[in-house]
Amino acid sequence: MAEWFAEFKADFVLNFIDEGRWRWIFQGLGNTLKITFFSLLIGLALGIVVAAVRSTYDKNHEAMAMHKGFGYYAFYVVNKICQLYLTIIRGTPMVVQLLIMYFIIFASSRNESMIATIAFGINSGAYVAEILRGGIMSIDNGQFEAGRSLGFNYIQTMIYIVIPQVFKSVLPTLCNEFIVLLKETSIAGYVGIMDLTKAGDLIRGRTFSAFMPLIAVALIYLIMVVVLTALVGVLERRLRKNER
Amino acid sequence: MNDNQEIIRVCDLNRHYNGGKIHALDGVSTTINRGEVVVVIGPSGSGKSTFLRSLNMLEYPTSGQIFVNGVDITQKGVNINDHRQKMGMVFQHFNLFPHMTILRNMTIAPMKLLKKTKAEAEAKAMELLSVVGLADRANAYPSQLSGGQKQRIAIVRALCMEPEVMLFDEPTSALDPEMVGEVLDVMKKLANDGMTMIVVTHEMGFAREVGSRVIFMDAGVIVEEGTPAEIFEHPKSERLQSFLAKVL
Repeated sequence: MAEWFAEFKADFVLNFIDEGRWRWIFQGLGNTLKITFFSLLIGLALGIVVAAVRSTYDKNHEAMAMHKGFGYYAFYVVNKICQLYLTIIRGTPMVVQLLIMYFIIFASSRNESMIATIAFGINSGAYVAEILRGGIMSIDNGQFEAGRSLGFNYIQTMIYIVIPQVFKSVLPTLCNEFIVLLKETSIAGYVGIMDLTKAGDLIRGRTFSAFMPLIAVALIYLIMVVVLTALVGVLERRLRKNER
Repeated sequence: MNDNQEIIRVCDLNRHYNGGKIHALDGVSTTINRGEVVVVIGPSGSGKSTFLRSLNMLEYPTSGQIFVNGVDITQKGVNINDHRQKMGMVFQHFNLFPHMTILRNMTIAPMKLLKKTKAEAEAKAMELLSVVGLADRANAYPSQLSGGQKQRIAIVRALCMEPEVMLFDEPTSALDPEMVGEVLDVMKKLANDGMTMIVVTHEMGFAREVGSRVIFMDAGVIVEEGTPAEIFEHPKSERLQSFLAKVL
């Protein structure tokens, strides 16, 4: 037992204390959190815009088609662009998107963190958009009709009647999307960013001891996800309590 | 019939689905005057709901005109929201807003659209609630009410906008039988107060008793219209005769 403990301690010192290697872990964790947070903001903004376009088109194109004007065709094109965006982003692997961003689209820039943040944000936006659109479309059409029949215009109906109901139903799903995003940033190492995963891997490469650094990285992810999941759970219960 | 009395005039209204294969409305024309209670009856799928929903453009006509107070609301550039404010609508499935209290359901539209103060809107709402005997439920949520209560709320919610016309789309069809009466009573009261009403319903008793005119629709066409006495006692067309034989 004492022997095992001594070995464990030596291993720990080798991987985390020597050369101050624990700093890599913290630096990597910082990068992971930074990329996750900012790509979350980009994804949310993009998702809201795309969901608004797509659901507005779905709900109104019939009315707009009655009097086809410039607005109708412009809206039609914008909706098609959004559809194309969703298809491409959801139809290709995240790693490939990240590599394309880094080596093709931003080939002249070497600001890895920013490029990765944009790539993850654009990716997340597609999923957020579909979550929100699903939420909007799941609200009974009678709610729209009741709002419109009282004289509210489309936007007022959305703001006063639909969005508050959507918000409740999609919030947990949205939070889960952010948890997925956090884990997904572990591929940032592909473009030379030292995120949490890469940090663990770098230590492994230096010390030739895989167990400690990789398990430590896994544990850190696990703790973050468990905490976030618990928070989502609390949120969900809160929302249910308000429902009558 | 003088022109001032006319509130809605429908001219050759068509509504086609599936690229013209299905004619939900096939050239419907009629005029509705102020203070009339027009009851629309007919077998299911006859286009009566489509007709009613076209009147406030929840359904988009393929062709034809709908004049409300002399304005063709099917035209481009007409602000349909202004017209809808003056046309209350009651749905089969109530469509109360589940995330708001009853009072909020009733006051949100007058406050946001008519720019009433909260106190004004709530005073009006409470007054209407006591008329339908639900003043004690003002702070309840829709899910805490029975179907009949929900539909009475839906009616007074529409009335809070002080509409000129009320449209009813099968208001009692989703109710348990013992709750139909309380909703019909509210509608009768409304009719007696002189409200212009257009009611799609299967309640023949209501049509006969309250209706000032009955329209019988079948296959997207107005087959016959007249006073309740004419329609129920002396139906002319064969289709109406066989329909009445089935429902009465």
